[in-house]
Amino acid sequence: MRAAHYLNQFFAGVGGEEVADTPPHAHEGAIGPGRLLESLLGDGSGIATTLVCGDAFFNERADDAHAAVEAWLREAHPDLVVAGPAFAAGRYGVACAHVCRIAEELGFPAVTGFHPENPGRLTYPRAYAVPAGRTAAGMKDALGLIAVLGSKLAAGGELGPAEREGYLPRGIRRPGYREKPGAERAVDMLVAKLRGEPFVTEIPIDAYDAVPPAAPIADPATATIGLVTSGAIVPKGNPDRFKRASETRWSTYELDGREALSSDEFECVHGGFFNLIACENPNFVLPLDAVRALEQEGAIGRVLDFYCATSGNDQRLADCARNGREIASALVEAGANAALLVAT
Amino acid sequence: MVSALPPIALQAGGNRVVKGVKIEHVCGDPSLGSTGDAALRRRIVERCLDAVSAEVTKPTLFEIEEAEAAAP
Repeated sequence: MRAAHYLNQFFAGVGGEEVADTPPHAHEGAIGPGRLLESLLGDGSGIATTLVCGDAFFNERADDAHAAVEAWLREAHPDLVVAGPAFAAGRYGVACAHVCRIAEELGFPAVTGFHPENPGRLTYPRAYAVPAGRTAAGMKDALGLIAVLGSKLAAGGELGPAEREGYLPRGIRRPGYREKPGAERAVDMLVAKLRGEPFVTEIPIDAYDAVPPAAPIADPATATIGLVTSGAIVPKGNPDRFKRASETRWSTYELDGREALSSDEFECVHGGFFNLIACENPNFVLPLDAVRALEQEGAIGRVLDFYCATSGNDQRLADCARNGREIASALVEAGANAALLVAT
Repeated sequence: MVSALPPIALQAGGNRVVKGVKIEHVCGDPSLGSTGDAALRRRIVERCLDAVSAEVTKPTLFEIEEAEAAAP
């Protein structure tokens, strides 16, 4: 088997952050951890070529880096592509995820290694990634898993589910048969839980980040407040075509000095609850009438003359977090010191 | 934030959560008639102003008094 290996500047021995802008360049054969990987892949296998690129270069000049990876792979035509492992390193993880994506788009099987929290998992969730520790102390274990999974991928065999094959879940569910129906499995799980015995959930829930509370505002009467809702209140006709569920985007809509939201002009397109009441009176979800009254009385300093909305129904946690960050920046940029968010 | 499902909002890490009415009408209650509904909605927004002015160290719930919600 001929493998191609991707490494960042650090693991290739070029240097640390001071050379993170190293442009991509290919070497013949294995470098650094590639030598151990080669021995783990076994007789008859070898690393034909190694592409080295600085983490800053890969992320700041993404188009150039992706083109270099593609050219390298087209020339090498490997049986297997190995990227990293990247452990918990963010930029390296993103680079490894792109290498896996480009390889698979070209038809080459690819594998990497990530700590489960590596952001590279969001870059290309379909990448085959073995679980790795947070740091390079876990190199040998990670390369061992990469060698096993990579050999299977290179052989072209069908892989089983993540839990059996030992790669990180890719968010893909395939229909299939289990020994027991769901109801029995659920009861077994409950009984195990009540007995204090170990059990494994079939649908892990992402853990939420703890966000430190923002400092309080001194006085609402001098504050500028921005309005936000995840309740999918949109101008009538849904100009951005928000989905009723699984939306990935958010948008801003002008209020143009309106005193309240009229059902002639606004509607609710959220698909996660009975939304007729909100369509008939959108102020139930975005309480503009009450907010304007308090603004006019001087209890609120100023209300931004636009609002931010998304359809917060079955939205992936990663999209929620990104939308939240983007909405917060938009509000801060517009001069807000507080936000009123109504969630449905 | 205003949520009709405070346990979920708090579990998700919302630091200042004001208890809303129902998921279909988080800010207000159509059964109270237009005057009662408007008063309740105003009370909810006022509670939001209390919340954003309050020092909190962890996810904290700000409720509207039951009596206020029933007879605003």
